[in-house]
Amino acid sequence: MTNQADVDTWQDYCLDLKDAAITKELNTDAYELFAADGKLASIGYCYECYGIIVNPDLLETAGYSVDEIKGFDTLKQVAEDIHARAGELGFDAFTSSDMDSSSNWRFTGHLVNAAYFYESRDDGGWPVCPPSIKGTYMDNYKALYDLCINNSTVAPTELANGGHDAQNEFKSGKAVFYVNGSWEYEAIKDSVPNATMIPYYCGVAGEEKAGLNCGTGSYWSINAKASEADQQATMDFMVWCVTDPEASRMLVDTFGVMPYTQSAESTNGFLAAADRYTTDGCYNMEWVTNYQPNVDEYRAGVVSAMNQYNADQSDANWELVRTAYVEGWAIQYQAVNG
Amino acid sequence: MKKKLAKGNTLQASIRRWGLLFLGPVVAAFVIGFVWPFVQGIYLSFCQFKLVSDATFIGFNNYIKAFQDVTFTHAFWYTALFAITSLIIINVLAFAVAYALTQSIKGSNLFRTVFFMPNLIGGIVLGYIWSMIFDGILGRMNTSILLESRYGFWGLIILMCWQQIGYMMIIYIAGLQAVPEDMIEAARIDGATKVQTLFRVTIPNVMPSITICMFLSLTNGFKLFDQNLALTAGQPFIIQPDGSTIKTTEMLALNIYNTFYTANSSSQGVAQAKAVIFFILVAGLGLAQLGYTRKKEVQQ
Repeated sequence: MTNQADVDTWQDYCLDLKDAAITKELNTDAYELFAADGKLASIGYCYECYGIIVNPDLLETAGYSVDEIKGFDTLKQVAEDIHARAGELGFDAFTSSDMDSSSNWRFTGHLVNAAYFYESRDDGGWPVCPPSIKGTYMDNYKALYDLCINNSTVAPTELANGGHDAQNEFKSGKAVFYVNGSWEYEAIKDSVPNATMIPYYCGVAGEEKAGLNCGTGSYWSINAKASEADQQATMDFMVWCVTDPEASRMLVDTFGVMPYTQSAESTNGFLAAADRYTTDGCYNMEWVTNYQPNVDEYRAGVVSAMNQYNADQSDANWELVRTAYVEGWAIQYQAVNG
Repeated sequence: MKKKLAKGNTLQASIRRWGLLFLGPVVAAFVIGFVWPFVQGIYLSFCQFKLVSDATFIGFNNYIKAFQDVTFTHAFWYTALFAITSLIIINVLAFAVAYALTQSIKGSNLFRTVFFMPNLIGGIVLGYIWSMIFDGILGRMNTSILLESRYGFWGLIILMCWQQIGYMMIIYIAGLQAVPEDMIEAARIDGATKVQTLFRVTIPNVMPSITICMFLSLTNGFKLFDQNLALTAGQPFIIQPDGSTIKTTEMLALNIYNTFYTANSSSQGVAQAKAVIFFILVAGLGLAQLGYTRKKEVQQ
């Protein structure tokens, strides 16, 4: 399962995991998804974080430090300055932001969480997917998105069909900032050992207290319609995954942090950064994006609008993007629940 | 005499006896791979289901929803326009190339091979390759194939021509080579010009090839999926003020696919109903076209 929508779709097939052997191993109840009838349908097996990955060494070369960036204004100033001096420095501010399917989710799924998260916080949190959203923070999202595409290694007009390799640009030191998540750590750590991650600063009041976006899109469920022997075998396997030192080591290194009492400790530098923010009293930006209704269709509409906007950054074209995000939400909610 | 007859009878009798055994594997494969999925598909179009093994019968609801879906009608007209345009262009060009390559040009065997080769590349790969080619050119004008639906339309036409002309060419070459030489010679002796010979003698004689090529390009045009998915995936969308979208370059097969993967509880059934409508449409159009062009075929 990826999110509540999956649970809603498959709830008839989900075994109630309340008091199950695997549930007893959990060290938090933050990653539990419930079906409409109240049964515990799905539990998270790992959690991850996303934000803006930073190369602190390049930042230093440009005359800045990670600690200086405490909000959108400083981020903007640093990024624009680096972009202006890109020729002289030999690197740019942001890696490419391709809009093809291998990369667009970084912006249509993750970056936009900044807008969703603050809106949901104003609403006192979204316990379930809201039938519509207001888009209160879409201008903040625009500000951060504009910063990403206009201060980048690749011109915004060349993003529609993709073909650029953002990870490689980051690894080879061509850019300081890279919008992505903790799962990138394994691939990056050898080339940029000091890589760290900063929050989505987008100009919201009080955001100097923002942390990273921690959450999960990785949940386990057991098929209630399978034979009892198969159900038991699955349960045993899951328990083994989170208790066996070698197995949990492997899973932790691949996925992130496993919220189970006996699992191995994470060595992921980005998740360590997430922990530091939490320890400093910063708020976690929850993965509200997981509520995106009819997610593939919803994002496809957004991508098409963003392609128009990238080609010509006019207000009319941004209005298309805003419409695809905000009004598109209600339309797709209707498509799923109508 | 009697002996021979008896022998013949034994042969027939053993064919009757063992025939089923030899037919068996083919029949079994056809039933497993086609008949059964087809029947199940029709049944599922009347059901609400998430898994094919766990379906609930709900009658005609899926068909009602399918016909009410505006994206489906848009995809239908777009596909029809595409199929007819590509049918005409592919067949005219394929015939022209075939005609040229049967006029004893030097190296015509090499040309035939080269023209046929694009047909050996898969649709998804072609779609991505051509999207790079098109954007390589359109990028210079600061635009992209994903930004204008007419680029998407003509891009797909160019892609399909490039892929299909070689294949149709081979069929036309076979047809052209079967036109009796003495007929052409008789026409020449009677004083027919080259153009007259082409339209009055050659084309009527290759009508069987025209029939089959038109059938193939018409059904290919309607069933097109991978190239459509890889080249534009329906982009650009028209974002309407209410937030709904019209995928301007989405064809029927892609529309069915996208419907199937919508998270609504009834979307799989609706997609299945669309697929059945789609089948009836393609089969009906294909048969109508076969019937029409067959009438124009001449007996040699």
